[in-house]
Amino acid sequence: MKAAFFAETAGGKITGGALELLAWCRTLTAPEEITAILITPSVGEPELERLACSGAGTVVVYEDGRLDRADTALYAELVKSFCETEKPDVLLGGATLFGRTLFPYAAMLMKTGLTADCTQLEIEPESGLLLQTRPAIGGNVTAVIKTPRHRPQMATVRPHSIPQAQPVGKTGAPIRRLAVPDSLFTAGAPKTASSVKLPAGEELAGAKRIVAVGRGIRRKENIRLAQTLASRIGAAVGATREVVDRGWLPYSAQIGLSGKTVVPDIYIALGISGAVQHLAGMRTAKKIVAVNTDPEAPIFQAADLGIVGDLFEVVPRLIDGFSPKTR
Amino acid sequence: MKIAVLLKQVPDSQAVRLDPETGTLRRSETDAVTNPLDLCALAAAVRLIKDVPDSSLTAICMGPSTGEQTLRQALALGAGRAILICDRACAGSDSYVTALILAAAIERSGPFDLVLTGLRASDGETGQVGPEIAAKLGWPVITGAESLTRIRDNLFEVTRSAESEKETLTFRTPALISVAKGIGQADLPRLERKIWARREPVTLLTANDLGFSPDEAGLKASPTRVVRVLHPQLTRRGRMVRITDSAALEQAREAFTDLLGRKEEE
Repeated sequence: MKAAFFAETAGGKITGGALELLAWCRTLTAPEEITAILITPSVGEPELERLACSGAGTVVVYEDGRLDRADTALYAELVKSFCETEKPDVLLGGATLFGRTLFPYAAMLMKTGLTADCTQLEIEPESGLLLQTRPAIGGNVTAVIKTPRHRPQMATVRPHSIPQAQPVGKTGAPIRRLAVPDSLFTAGAPKTASSVKLPAGEELAGAKRIVAVGRGIRRKENIRLAQTLASRIGAAVGATREVVDRGWLPYSAQIGLSGKTVVPDIYIALGISGAVQHLAGMRTAKKIVAVNTDPEAPIFQAADLGIVGDLFEVVPRLIDGFSPKTR
Repeated sequence: MKIAVLLKQVPDSQAVRLDPETGTLRRSETDAVTNPLDLCALAAAVRLIKDVPDSSLTAICMGPSTGEQTLRQALALGAGRAILICDRACAGSDSYVTALILAAAIERSGPFDLVLTGLRASDGETGQVGPEIAAKLGWPVITGAESLTRIRDNLFEVTRSAESEKETLTFRTPALISVAKGIGQADLPRLERKIWARREPVTLLTANDLGFSPDEAGLKASPTRVVRVLHPQLTRRGRMVRITDSAALEQAREAFTDLLGRKEEE
């Protein structure tokens, strides 16, 4: 069973998400059957070696300074040409904004199926097919999906659904560099004009800790209380739909069905009742803390630590436990 | 400027059921609404064509006959033409086949400069159909637009939030753009427009009209199969602390610090 995965890079570094995909591949097949594919404007040599030592059989690299991630079609053509040569049975990508754009584009070019945002992958023993498990309908159910006849069997995988692959030895897999054909670059293709890194407190996707506020925060000025707790414990700040619809935080802070899905180590829900639409975006957090006055609030069903009380009384006390210097 | 907006009708209620046989969504049992992000796409399209002469805005929906409600809403909000792709043969289509059918409808009812849709639907949440259509049409795609501005001629600018960056991108039409909530919501329709929208004809297309035989659409033609559906146990049965006095408050603080501290060591 040949498995390949698309290893995303950011600023010349291989992302943690790529090492998670490698970890998934290692649960599915033997190391020599695993190929990493990188398509990147630049990646450091030590980065490639780290990947090569972490249990991949081959590392295939398209590195070209002209590559721009806005040009999905070009990336998809390279993925297709890679698959035509390597013929992987399984192809995994990260369920990031980029991965969830590139993979459907490439799946259509290759006329194959794709399962979005999987949280679990395994091989069905009797058929050898990839079983792709994903939450559906706001996380109320999980669906197990397979791609019986089309190849590759493609899936995007939710970040943080497995620990990153660690180095397994000193000698790495062979690194094969391939050139991007000039003909693929087109003058009219989409371009990235600017890319500005979000401040740590606004970056929800990679956040290990998130403090989220709901209607119980009552007014815009009170958001500061959540922000203070967040900065003391090194967390990003998110919100429910009601809060962003009122303009108390930007839309990009929304967690849930029409917003972001997050998987932090700790999710702290302040004044959030726990509507299904919100739970859909955070219920796979590793630990959930909820503070709410209503003991019947559904959020408590999902919480590891439920604090029934007034958040304006509780949160200042929680903040007291962490000095401004402590991370 | 000729724009098509793709809208999906989604279940409103949380009590959605899955067909235990096929594992696909069973829609008829719940009230249906228009996918909120698709309405954002429609609103963006309405703003784009406002000041451009000779523009047109076509709303396209694929689904059961109740999709007509979604299209009448789109007409009331500013679409000039409505197309419903409705055919039993399309039932159970996965994102790949849905994209093939919608791409065919776009080619048949176009040409269009822009196709807009929501970043994802609130039921299936795959967000795959947009990029798959773009690939089928051979067009560029940009997902998650939070603003969409015409710079000049066929050159446009988009801003969006990726996981850790705010990005500004430029693209040329034709293109398919999916939008996130930050792009803005639709205004309420005016009464006279609503009355007009009630009577305006909706074009009905079948799979056959679009060149698909019954075997080429629906579940049968879909590369992916739902093999089973699980109902995960969601209750965590965590520790509860009721804040009744200062001792309870101290307990809550300790439990909270413990939880954070434990994670730190791992």
